[in-house]
Amino acid sequence: MFVNRKAPYGTIYAWESLEVVLIAAAFEQDVSMAFLDDGVYQLKKGHQTKSIGVKAFEKTFGALEDYDVTKLYVDQESLAERGLTADDLAVPVEVLPRAEMGKLMEEQDVLLSF
Amino acid sequence: MLHIINKSPFDRPAFYSALKTGEGAILLIEDGVYAAVKGGGAEAKLKAAEGKFKFYALIADLEARGIADRVIDGVTTVDYAGFVNLVAEYKTNQSWL
Repeated sequence: MFVNRKAPYGTIYAWESLEVVLIAAAFEQDVSMAFLDDGVYQLKKGHQTKSIGVKAFEKTFGALEDYDVTKLYVDQESLAERGLTADDLAVPVEVLPRAEMGKLMEEQDVLLSF
Repeated sequence: MLHIINKSPFDRPAFYSALKTGEGAILLIEDGVYAAVKGGGAEAKLKAAEGKFKFYALIADLEARGIADRVIDGVTTVDYAGFVNLVAEYKTNQSWL
């Protein structure tokens, strides 16, 4: 499971995570992604990045399904703290309360943090 | 003084620390723009400081993050030219890291 806690664009973490996810998926690993804290901002709809001169995430998140990466989990409390709901997100995800997210993490073989 | 803040208020306390400096202006850039969002965690503190601080946010960074349509009333959006004007307008500028 790839654990994403950083906002997009301000640092390189979010992009690096996506790159490694795609590589892992290409090697047919069982990949899932969790989005918590500022990481939920990565999934916000409607990124227009032309003026800051970097590539937007939205299309790549949309393409994850083609790589059989369909297990995307989002922390409910992190969304709420930021005034967001699942409707604000660019791709279909499973929204989980924090306690359930914790249990899910407990079950993983490996957690990689970005 | 103009404070230039580039960190998310959820991740680092720079925005809140700047508010404690008294009065002036705060320009939110990069991940700092998340402090300018309606319904976000920093809204109450920003609103409470409106008498003491003027608030600005860089429009390019709001657009990039998909939040340009939900900026708190009372935060003025500026483009890159507006950024330069603000820096010129204030005698001292402090860029938070």
